[in-house]
Amino acid sequence: MSVMDPQTVIARRIAQELRDGMLVNLGIGIPTLVANFVPPGIRVFFQSENGLIGTGAPPAEGMHHRLLTDAGGKPVTALPGASTFDSAMSFGLIRGGHLDMTVLGGLQVDIAGRLANWMIPGKMVPGMGGAMDLVSGAKRVIVAMQHTAKGKPKIVTQCSLPLTAVRPVDLVVTELAVISFPGGRATLAETAPGVSVEQVVAATEAKLAIPGEVPQMQL
Amino acid sequence: MKTLSLKEAVGLIPDGASVMIGGFMGVGTPERLVDELVRQGRRNLTVIANDNALPGIGIGKLVAAGAMKKTIASHIGLNPDTQKKMLSGELDVELVPQGTLIERIRAGGFGLGGVLTPTGVGTVVEKGKQRIEVEGKPYLLETALRADFALVQAFLADYVGNLYYALTARNFNPVIAMAADTVIVEAEHIVPTGVITPDHVVTPAPVVDYVVSQ
Repeated sequence: MSVMDPQTVIARRIAQELRDGMLVNLGIGIPTLVANFVPPGIRVFFQSENGLIGTGAPPAEGMHHRLLTDAGGKPVTALPGASTFDSAMSFGLIRGGHLDMTVLGGLQVDIAGRLANWMIPGKMVPGMGGAMDLVSGAKRVIVAMQHTAKGKPKIVTQCSLPLTAVRPVDLVVTELAVISFPGGRATLAETAPGVSVEQVVAATEAKLAIPGEVPQMQL
Repeated sequence: MKTLSLKEAVGLIPDGASVMIGGFMGVGTPERLVDELVRQGRRNLTVIANDNALPGIGIGKLVAAGAMKKTIASHIGLNPDTQKKMLSGELDVELVPQGTLIERIRAGGFGLGGVLTPTGVGTVVEKGKQRIEVEGKPYLLETALRADFALVQAFLADYVGNLYYALTARNFNPVIAMAADTVIVEAEHIVPTGVITPDHVVTPAPVVDYVVSQ
């Protein structure tokens, strides 16, 4: 098997969670890559919280419209069937139970699945943007992140960084593992190809529940 | 609705005013109005907007020019000028979750005292706010926001002031148009009345005070 870079492993695995007809919001960074791996034969509506459903790939050279961008301000296309709306509607979709799934980056996730992803006090205070609404409101929340940052575990017993929401996330996907939270407890659900349970445990601060058999990610 | 020159329209806005400005990372921001605020050397503005854009773009120009004393926004991470001025104490920054910010503005424009939202419960956002349980679920009471002025960017404005927006430039614009004492519109195109059909009017003319002449 050819070696996949960590971001591709994460994005490909998360793309397997997509289902036909879903409304999905992808955050900036690794989450954006998920759109490149939509399984064939299904149609997914991607939302950009700046006011678009039906977000498509970046336009061909010279075909961009300066009033059509994603939430990062980058030019995008709108697919057939797309719709545009104001920010109140956009967040009504997010909080009102209409958004089937959101995929977000993460700084830390605690043992109960609570996410911190919007600030590092004293270092990085960009503002929460839509992250708090997305985690509070989406039907399903998936975190896409590298397992560690500069060697330090990001799946921790307790978040030292300010939480994004108290509502626990549903799934964390890293280049090493898939972590789920049945019964509110971080549980090793899958390991990445070529990664052992021991390697995941060693890179994780939170004490993971480990079932007798841990399947491997099918990429 | 009255038509004003750019200079006259911005002349209505005094130093120290609170100003809502449309746009999301500069897309949908009335750039001519922003440029004129900078040119006229406005100071001590409180700017309520989704973000502070980037240096050289939209609200980023007001930050760089030192026109603002405070901003209420959901995201400032892509503007290093705002970060620098926030840390030095030159600019007061109030961060609000995006969905909460737009609902606070909507409440202000729709005659509501505030909204109850689950967003922010149990986080630092809850600090100083009232938590209210409704049918067993916790919500935060987020109070309404209004401003002295709304600076709105529309794609089309007709002769009476009906507005129509384009693509992702709509964002905060139609919502802030409801929530300010004086609404000033910069339109990409002025069109004859009727070009925007009744079903396609997003902001009805009576809420618009001024349209800036081309």
